[in-house]
Amino acid sequence: MRHEKMDPSCGEAVLDIAGLNVRARSGNQWHPIVSDVSLTLRRGEILGLVGESGSGKTTIGLASLGFARTGCAFAGGEVRFKGQDLLRMAPAARRALRGDRIAYVAQSAAISFNPARTLMEQVIESVVDRGTKSRAEARADARALFRLLHLPDPDRIGDRYPHELSGGQLQRVMAAMAMLPRPDLVIFDEPTTALDVTTQVEVLSAVRELVARFGTAAIYISHDLAVVAQLAHRIMVLRHGRLVEEGETRKMLAEPQEPYTRSLWAIRTFAKDSLPASDVLLEVNGVSASYGSLKALDNVSLTLQRGRTVAVVGESGSGKSTLARVVTGLLRANGGEIRFSGETLAASAKSRTKLQLQHLQIIHQSADASLNPLHKVREVIGRPLEFFFGLTGAQRERRIVEILEQVELGAEHLDRLPSEMSGGQKQRVCIGRALAAEPALMICDEATSALDQLVQEGILKLLTRLQQEQQISYLFITHDIATVRAIADRIVVMHRGRVVQEGPKDEVLAPPYPPYTKLLLSSVPEMDPDWLDRLLASRKQAVSDKAVS
Amino acid sequence: MSRPMQFDRVPLSARIGMAIILAYVAAALFGPFLAPYGQTEVAGDQWTPLFWSQPGPDGDVFFLLGTDHLGRDLLTRLLYGARNSIGIALVTTLLAFAAGVGIGLLAATKQGVVDQIASRSIDVLMAFPSLIFALMILAVLGSSIPVLIVVIALLNMASVFRITRALAMDLEAQDFVDVAKLRGESALWIMRRELLPNAMVPLAAEFGLRFCFVLLFIASLSFIGLGIQPPMADWGSMVRENASAISFGVFTPLIPAAAIAGLTIGVNLVIDWLTNSRSVGNEA
Amino acid sequence: MIALLIAKRLGLGLVTLFIISLIVFFSVQLLPGDVAQAILGRTAPPEAVAALRTRLGLDLPAHVRYLQWAGGLFQGDFGDSLANRRPVLDLLSERIGNTFFLAAVSACIAVPLGLILGLASAIYRSRPFDHATSLAALLAISVPEFLTAYILVAIFAVELGWLPAVSMVQPSQGILDRFILISLPAATLALGVIAYILRMTRAAIGNVLSSPYIEMAKLKGVSPYRLVVRHALPNALSPIINVVLMNLAYLVVGVVVVEVIFVYPGLGQLLVDSVSKRDIPVVQACGVLFATAYILLNLLADVLSILANPRLRRPRGGV
Repeated sequence: MRHEKMDPSCGEAVLDIAGLNVRARSGNQWHPIVSDVSLTLRRGEILGLVGESGSGKTTIGLASLGFARTGCAFAGGEVRFKGQDLLRMAPAARRALRGDRIAYVAQSAAISFNPARTLMEQVIESVVDRGTKSRAEARADARALFRLLHLPDPDRIGDRYPHELSGGQLQRVMAAMAMLPRPDLVIFDEPTTALDVTTQVEVLSAVRELVARFGTAAIYISHDLAVVAQLAHRIMVLRHGRLVEEGETRKMLAEPQEPYTRSLWAIRTFAKDSLPASDVLLEVNGVSASYGSLKALDNVSLTLQRGRTVAVVGESGSGKSTLARVVTGLLRANGGEIRFSGETLAASAKSRTKLQLQHLQIIHQSADASLNPLHKVREVIGRPLEFFFGLTGAQRERRIVEILEQVELGAEHLDRLPSEMSGGQKQRVCIGRALAAEPALMICDEATSALDQLVQEGILKLLTRLQQEQQISYLFITHDIATVRAIADRIVVMHRGRVVQEGPKDEVLAPPYPPYTKLLLSSVPEMDPDWLDRLLASRKQAVSDKAVS
Repeated sequence: MSRPMQFDRVPLSARIGMAIILAYVAAALFGPFLAPYGQTEVAGDQWTPLFWSQPGPDGDVFFLLGTDHLGRDLLTRLLYGARNSIGIALVTTLLAFAAGVGIGLLAATKQGVVDQIASRSIDVLMAFPSLIFALMILAVLGSSIPVLIVVIALLNMASVFRITRALAMDLEAQDFVDVAKLRGESALWIMRRELLPNAMVPLAAEFGLRFCFVLLFIASLSFIGLGIQPPMADWGSMVRENASAISFGVFTPLIPAAAIAGLTIGVNLVIDWLTNSRSVGNEA
Repeated sequence: MIALLIAKRLGLGLVTLFIISLIVFFSVQLLPGDVAQAILGRTAPPEAVAALRTRLGLDLPAHVRYLQWAGGLFQGDFGDSLANRRPVLDLLSERIGNTFFLAAVSACIAVPLGLILGLASAIYRSRPFDHATSLAALLAISVPEFLTAYILVAIFAVELGWLPAVSMVQPSQGILDRFILISLPAATLALGVIAYILRMTRAAIGNVLSSPYIEMAKLKGVSPYRLVVRHALPNALSPIINVVLMNLAYLVVGVVVVEVIFVYPGLGQLLVDSVSKRDIPVVQACGVLFATAYILLNLLADVLSILANPRLRRPRGGV
């Protein structure tokens, strides 16, 4: 609807970035992180900046406030806000604009609010310190905004400290903080990335409502094209700090011109076909577990067949990662039974046989955390070969290279440290380390969630190929429905420690849905600019009900 | 901790610090060979000024840094003192480290009861001010070098334990340690291959810090007459012996005190660099 | 919730005090040989030793003696000095005020100065002022106290002759005279404490300044001064409180060496003298006093940092 409301192409320019260059220092050297980027933003217009990590999108967002992070520096170009160049302005004048005429909404409100001060103090600070509004006026206005954003208990929520609110609520408070001075320009820097999908919908609709009501110009930054498509009039695609393509949202979605843009669009189309049933490898029967008094798993059962993939899907707090810890034996279950290859597995990894340990491998979400920063690839993959098969010397070396080739790396990576590889390469090394044990089952705990979409796709394809070649089973834990679609044979939906639905992929992903599955699936943004409108219309009351609860 | 340090740029301050440390180590190792006189040899008048020469039994004797209250050569005492002060401080620090790192790693990997017992005992030890603790033990057992070493090592072990335990707990929570456990690696292997190498830099900084603390602590004890006993040369007791000269306007007793300060400054310069490079590594 | 946390901490403090008293008392049992023998000398006749043992209660079981001793502590009875047979309490009461005076004066100089300099170097981070104070602080913590003391003596007492080199205060002296007498020892103590507080305050604020919410504040156009004082300081409060109290605790103990240097009639000097004379009851009493002050200050630090933390003050209850 917003697309029809106004024609932003003829308003005055609020922001005009011309030939922006930003560079970053590593050690003694400077290298460019944004190269020659230009953009114009008019009153009431929303521009989407889309790109993967390292595309420079956040740097451009911060540059719109004339800000460069420590270790970064502007190296040319202009950032004109209403005609004034922010980069050549006196620091005090720049400060006067920030938080007043130009506002910023950070990626993670949970860490961007000062933990030692109440939310209200922080929300009204900019306007009260500048004297634009009295304390009482500012408070009243903040409460009105909280109400507009459907925050619970809007009159008193401001007296709370950040740790007393949930992530989605904090993100909405931060949006209110940004809007309080009625800025001319707001930068939204991935405001929903850290949130669960069902929460993301609330924040997205809040952001859209605010911007529409006040006619503010905005830059919306995200790696997720489907999210940006719900808000932006225009989209710019960035890669390695350069502009790849720019255009009106509907046009960009319908007919992307550049190959890179098309590849981004295509990611969500990868999906393997479901395989027929096979013999049972892993059986989880009525398992419960808890952290202290907090119950994390409640009577969870599932079966996994040899050479097949079960995707366990759920939001944060659903218990899906706890399930992985229980199956691996890092956390003791306090009830239930796990059977693996026909044997009952001991509750603790310490009491399992070497063969059981060997056949059950895990791949973590963060390759950085799961690789010792001081171990070279040779040691990482070589150790399980030595430990499980007693391989040494040239034999071991040959096998390491073989495994590296299986994960699409090569002998040139043997002497690399984790810090010398990209995120995708590191995750491949982790997969290689698991492969070295010749496992029957790999538990992938959000194994692709930390990666960029293109890299994710590569890893998912690799895992699928390995499954075909070596008959490995995957217990794939994820929050991402697209990943589930891509890789699963069967799906287990979890919510608050319980299994709410279990079945073959085609059944679970097709109606009729149980209520939670429906909420989860409908919250996943689609590549359709009208998706949010339709969803909100269909939920109507549901969203505000949920926010109050 | 999350990534290896980059040692390529050693700042000037750290280079100076390293040079200072090397000079002291050389003095401690070769001091007795370089010293012009014997450790307790009375060779000249009392409290002579710097660059002093006077007639001796076999021709003129020369005292670069002057003499002390008994007419012994101050340079000689200083060089012997280097060996005693640095040697004893080093042995004490090493002992504290062996115990602290060992028990700290044990507490972090075993956790549970072992950790509770170790941590609570250390809490009590740290609740007691070190100087008072040391003085009480010295009152009971009398001052001797073995007693000094054991008591001071015990006191410093507490802080080494805490740091090691915290580091190991942090690392223990990392996924790569989980991976090693799930492979079935022994606790010893995990400690040696996964935990210790990653804790090296902060532990090295802590070692420097502890060494300085021990050096100053022993010097203070010697200075109040309860540490290393004469006629053994030691920087702290050298100040004590000659302190009264200050009121006569003779400032040579400040030289051994400055020797202590020089070494701690050198070590601190290196520590500052170590801790800074660590935090840079974490930020990146 | 928070009351429980504080109560727990206080309880732990009491337990610690109890254990310390046990250690202080039973460490004497390590004494090779016999206290009575030690007092009377090796040549004393066995009957005299036995008589003294009975008089000192040494023939009673250890736990009974501990209870007697600890009970005495509560009533202010610290026993008699072995060296001059005077009640330990008399010896202490003459000196405790002096030590407290010296420590308090040093603290009053050092704490505000250390905090202000630390804050200033956090605000002017990486500017010349910061470099200069950092270097000075590094020097100050690297130098043994007796060097600082003698340098001050050499300058202000020997060369300039402005201040006395020793601080032998008499009960008859007025407050102004006392201030002059303790100026050098107080300055010696204060220098070290200022350096520590400066370094730790700067580090605590520096830690906070790298957090995302500080970047957010910058993006809201907050001025550098407000950034440090209003945004960083509240979060650095609990480490800073800790720093200050730890340094006060250090001061209480640090007086020992300084008192010896300046021949200042305080508890520290008494302790050192008694250690060399092996006057165990006096050592025990001083040990208990110093340890108690130290533990109480640490306890206070813990309680205050609990109170300064909104997460603990207001645990998450859900909205």
